[in-house]
Amino acid sequence: MKIQLLFFGITSDITGKREDSIAINEKTSVKNLKSLLIEKYPKLKNYASFSIAVNTEYANDTVIIKNNDIIALIPPVSGG
Amino acid sequence: MLKNASIKITSKKLNLQECYDFVQDDSCGGIALFVGTVRNKTQQKEVTNLDFSTYKEMAIKEIEKIAIKSLKQFDILKIVIHHAVGNLKIGEIPVIIAVSSAHRKAAFSACQFAIDTLKETVPIWKKEHFVDGEVWVNSTP
Repeated sequence: MKIQLLFFGITSDITGKREDSIAINEKTSVKNLKSLLIEKYPKLKNYASFSIAVNTEYANDTVIIKNNDIIALIPPVSGG
Repeated sequence: MLKNASIKITSKKLNLQECYDFVQDDSCGGIALFVGTVRNKTQQKEVTNLDFSTYKEMAIKEIEKIAIKSLKQFDILKIVIHHAVGNLKIGEIPVIIAVSSAHRKAAFSACQFAIDTLKETVPIWKKEHFVDGEVWVNSTP
C-alpha cells in the first residue's frame, strides 16, 4: 500500500524534500515506519527524536498505518 | 465552534489591538497578554532574522486543543492564540496570547499554560539566521 510523506523543519532540509510517497506493507507500525524512513534517508539517523503525525494527529510507536494515510515527520517544535 | 476563542496562523503582521478587542468584556476584571518578540541574540550569537514555518492544518488543530483546555481548566472568559509565520525581523511579534477573566489569577495562569503548551506541542519551527549561518532551533545537533 502507498502512503504520503510530508517533511517539516530540519527533516525537510536533510531529505531535500517537502513531500514524497512510499510503498509499505500492510500492518506497518509507526515504529517500523521510522526504521524504514531512516533506511531510505540515512541522514535522519542523527535526528532520531522526530515524532510522527498520522493524518494531522501525533501518533505513538504502536499506531498501525493505513492505506492512503498522510504521514508527517515532526522534528522538535520551536514556535512561540 | 469555539466562540470564546480566536485562533490564527498568518503570514501577516499580528495585531495586538485585535487580540485585546476580542477578549475584552464587561464581565472581566482583567486581561493578561503575552507577546513573544524576536530577540537579537541566542547564546551570545547575534541573530539577524528568523523564519517560522508550520504544518498549518495540524498546528491549527493543536492550538484549538490548547484553547479548549484553557477554557475548561481555568476560570476565564475568552482566549486568543495568534501565531505569525514567514520571515520576522528583530523586535517583530511571532506570537500573541490574550486571556480575559473576572479575576487576574486565572488570566495569568491560563496565559502561561497556553504559551508553555504551544511551545511543546504546536508544529511550528523556527530557523535562526546569523551573520555566518543558520540553525533550526531545538533540532540542529
